Amino acid sequence: MTCSRRDFLKEAVGTTLASVLPISAFTFLTTEEARAAIADSKVRWAFLVDTTKCVGCGLCVKACKNENEIPYDAAVTRTWVERYVVTKDGETHIDSPMGGRDGYTSDLIRDEEIDPENIDKAFFVPKLCNQCDNPACVQVCPVGATYQTNDGIVLIDRDWCIGCGYCIMACPYGVRFFHPEHRVADKCNFCYHRISKGMQPACVDCCSFGARRLANLKDPDDPVTKIIVTERVAVLKDEYGTKPHVFYIGLDTNVR
Amino acid sequence: MSEELIVHGIEWTVKELFVYPNEYIYWSIQIVMYPYMTGLVAGAFVLSSLYHVFGQKELKEIAQFSLVFSLALLPVAALPLLLHLQQPARAMEPLLTPHFTSAIAAFGIVFTAYALIVLSEIWFVYREYFVAQVHELKSRSGFINAMTRLVYRVLTIGAYDVSDDALRIDKKAATILAAIGIPVACFLHGYAGFIFGSVKANALWMSPLMPVIFIMSAVVSGIALCMLTYIVIMEWQAFSRRRKSGAVEASKIKGAETEIINKATRYLLGFLIAAISLEMLDLIFRGYTAMKSWDILRSVMYGKDFINIFVLQYTLGNLVPLVLLLLPGRTMKRTVLALLLVLFGVFMMRWNVVIGGQAFSLSFSGYMHYEIPLMPHSAETFKEGVFGALTVIATPFVLFWIINKFVPSLRRDAEGS
Amino acid sequence: MKWHVLRPLWVAIALVGSIFVAREFLVPDDFGVHGDSFTYNFYRLSNVQEWKDFPVKYQGRESCLECHEENLQQINSSTHQTVECENCHGPSIDHPEPNEFLPLNKDRTLCLRCHAFLEYPNSDRGELMSIVDRTHKRRYECVKCHNPHDPKEYYE
Repeated sequence: MTCSRRDFLKEAVGTTLASVLPISAFTFLTTEEARAAIADSKVRWAFLVDTTKCVGCGLCVKACKNENEIPYDAAVTRTWVERYVVTKDGETHIDSPMGGRDGYTSDLIRDEEIDPENIDKAFFVPKLCNQCDNPACVQVCPVGATYQTNDGIVLIDRDWCIGCGYCIMACPYGVRFFHPEHRVADKCNFCYHRISKGMQPACVDCCSFGARRLANLKDPDDPVTKIIVTERVAVLKDEYGTKPHVFYIGLDTNVR
Repeated sequence: MSEELIVHGIEWTVKELFVYPNEYIYWSIQIVMYPYMTGLVAGAFVLSSLYHVFGQKELKEIAQFSLVFSLALLPVAALPLLLHLQQPARAMEPLLTPHFTSAIAAFGIVFTAYALIVLSEIWFVYREYFVAQVHELKSRSGFINAMTRLVYRVLTIGAYDVSDDALRIDKKAATILAAIGIPVACFLHGYAGFIFGSVKANALWMSPLMPVIFIMSAVVSGIALCMLTYIVIMEWQAFSRRRKSGAVEASKIKGAETEIINKATRYLLGFLIAAISLEMLDLIFRGYTAMKSWDILRSVMYGKDFINIFVLQYTLGNLVPLVLLLLPGRTMKRTVLALLLVLFGVFMMRWNVVIGGQAFSLSFSGYMHYEIPLMPHSAETFKEGVFGALTVIATPFVLFWIINKFVPSLRRDAEGS
Repeated sequence: MKWHVLRPLWVAIALVGSIFVAREFLVPDDFGVHGDSFTYNFYRLSNVQEWKDFPVKYQGRESCLECHEENLQQINSSTHQTVECENCHGPSIDHPEPNEFLPLNKDRTLCLRCHAFLEYPNSDRGELMSIVDRTHKRRYECVKCHNPHDPKEYYE
C-alpha cells in the first residue's frame, strides 16, 4: 500500500516538474518583438543643466507636476530646484521649499534673513533623475519592476512594483519617491512619453532661460551633445560609480 | 488604488536643515522589526543545532524547545515585510520574478529553503510522537479528538514505520538537516545584513562588515530569547506544579536546569563578544578614515543619537549584560535580567542601523527625526507605528502556543528523541 | 534503506514545483531579459509602450499659434519672448476641449517667481528686472499695470 502511493506521488511530481521546467525557460528567451528592444539603439538620452542660467523661478517643477500627474500639493516631485547661498562666514545655506515648486520669491532661508552684503556666492541648481548607466536603483529591485530601456531611460513598471522602497534607498541622488496615489515607486523619466514623440521634456520646454536641455549622446550633430562633449561639464556624486547622464555647467563644490 | 493622498513617510519624519525634497524615513519600524525577527529565527535554530549537530547533551531540553520556537518565529519574520510593502498583494513577486542582483530577491529563496529545512527537521524529530498520537487518539471518541487525530495523520505524511531502524534514520536525517540548516540560517541573516551593507548610497550602511555584524547579533538575540522563554516557561510550570503538590514534593520539583543555562550562556557570551568587537571595529575604522560622510555621521552618532547608540545599545544592551553574566555567583534572576538587556541591546542595534542610517540626509547637510506613530489613526500609522511593532512581537508567542499543542517541545518526562 | 526519509523532500519539491506552475499563470509572457544585462534589463516589455502612451499635457507654443496669432506676435517681439504660454496659462492638453478658456492666473506670486529681487551674484536672477515685493504696490495684481504679453507696455 505504502509502496504504490509513494511511487504514484513520485511519478506525479516528476511529470509536473518535467512539463513545467521547459515552459518556464521560455520566459527568459526573447520573442520576435523583443528583438527590437535589444537591438542597438541610435539614441542615448542625456541632459544638460546650466546652473548659471537658472533663476529659480520653479516653473519647471510646476510643469513637471502637471505633465506627469504628480499631485500638486504632495511634498514629492520628480524634479526640483535647490538654492545655495554661501556667506562670508563660510556657511552654506541650502533650501528647496516644496522642491522649488512655487519659485523663490523671498530671501529668507528657513526663516533666516541673510544680509546680501554677506553673500559670497549664490545660485540655483535644478536636479532630476540622472538616468545612470549603472543605475543602483535598478540593481536592487527584487522583482524587475524598474529597468533601463535601450535608449538609456530608467522606467518603473507601476503594475509590477511591490513598493518595498529598496530602489528609493539605493539612489544616491534622492530622486525616487513613493507616488502618493499609485503607491509604487516613481521618478523622473525625462518625460519618456514626450521624447518618444520628438517633443522635449516638459521642464525643458517651459524653461525661459535655457537652463535645461535634452541631448542625444549618440547623435554627433546634436548641439547639446556637442557642448557636453567639447566643453567643461560636471556630474553629481560620481564617486558612487553610477555613471550619471545629467551634465552640469557651473557646478560648485558646495553643491550637495 | 485608493484616491487618498498619502506621501509615505511624511507623517513620522521631521526634517531639519537641508534634506532633499523626496527624502523621508521610508524604512521605519517594520524594517527594524524584520531583521530583529529573522535574527531570532537564525539564533534559535543555531542553538537547537548545537545539540543536534555538536552533541551538546546538556542542551537537549532547550534545543527541542528552540527548534519549535524557531518555527513559530518564521512566519513572523515575513510579517513586518507584509506590513511594510506599499503593495502587499504583490508580495509573491520575489518568488515569481526574482531579480537576483537584489538581496531582497534572495529572501524568497532563502526563506523558503530555510522554512523547508526547519519543517523537515521538526518532522524527523517528532514523527514518532505523531504516530503515537494517531494510535492513541484512535481509541478516543469525540469530534475534537477526531479532528486532532486527522491533523496528526496529515503530519505523519503517511510514514508510520516506527521500528528502531526507522527511528535511527530519523535521528540521522535530523542531524543532517540541522547541519545544513546552520549555514542556511547564517545565510538568511547574513543576507539581511547584506541588504543594508550593499547600499552604497547610505553612508552608515555601506560596509562589508554589515552582514557579519548582523549574523553575530542575530545569534545572540536568538539564544537569548530561547533561554529567556525557556526559563520563563519552565519556572512557571514548576511554580504551578509546586502549588498543586505538598511541601515535600514541591522541593523536588525543579524549574529551569542550571546546567543548561550555564552552557547556553557560554555560547551567548562568545557571540556577544564577537558582535561587540565587530561594531567597535566598524566605528573605529569610520573615525580613522574620516570619509566625506564622517562629519555628518559623527554629529549623528555623538550628538543626536548618542543616547541611542552609546547608552542604550553599547552600555545597557551590551556591556551591562556582559558584566552581569561574567561576574561570579550568577543567579537565575541575574541571568534573566541580563537576557532581557541583551534582547533590548540587539533591538537597539537594529534600530540604530535602520533609523540611524536615515537620520541624516543624502545631502550630508540635514537631518531627519523619526517620530514613531503612537496612536494609529490610519492603516499607515498602524502598520508603521508602535501597534504594528507590538503585533509583530506578540505573534510568535501566539503561534508557538498553537504549534506547541501539536508539537510539544517542553516535555520533561516524555518519550521520543 | 528506509524510504520514508525522503517524504519531506517530495513535499518540498511539490511546493517548489507549485511556484513554477504559479509562474505560468501569474507572470506576463513578455517578462524577461530584454537587453544586454540581467541586472539592468529584466522587465515586462509591454510596460515601455504603456509609458510612451502616457497622455501629453503641455502642447507647446506652436499649438497656440493656430488660433492666437496676434498674442503670439506681440509676445514674440517683447522681453517675454522666451516665456512659454503654458507657463502662465497652464497646460492646454486638448484645449479648446473641454475647456474653452484656459485659466488666467493673475496672482502676484506668479510674476514674483522671476521678478522678486534676489541679489544673487552667480545666477542670471540678478540680471532680471525685479522688485522688492513688499515695497511695490502691494495691494494690486501685477497685470493691473503691466501687460504680460508686452511687459514694457504700461497701463496707468
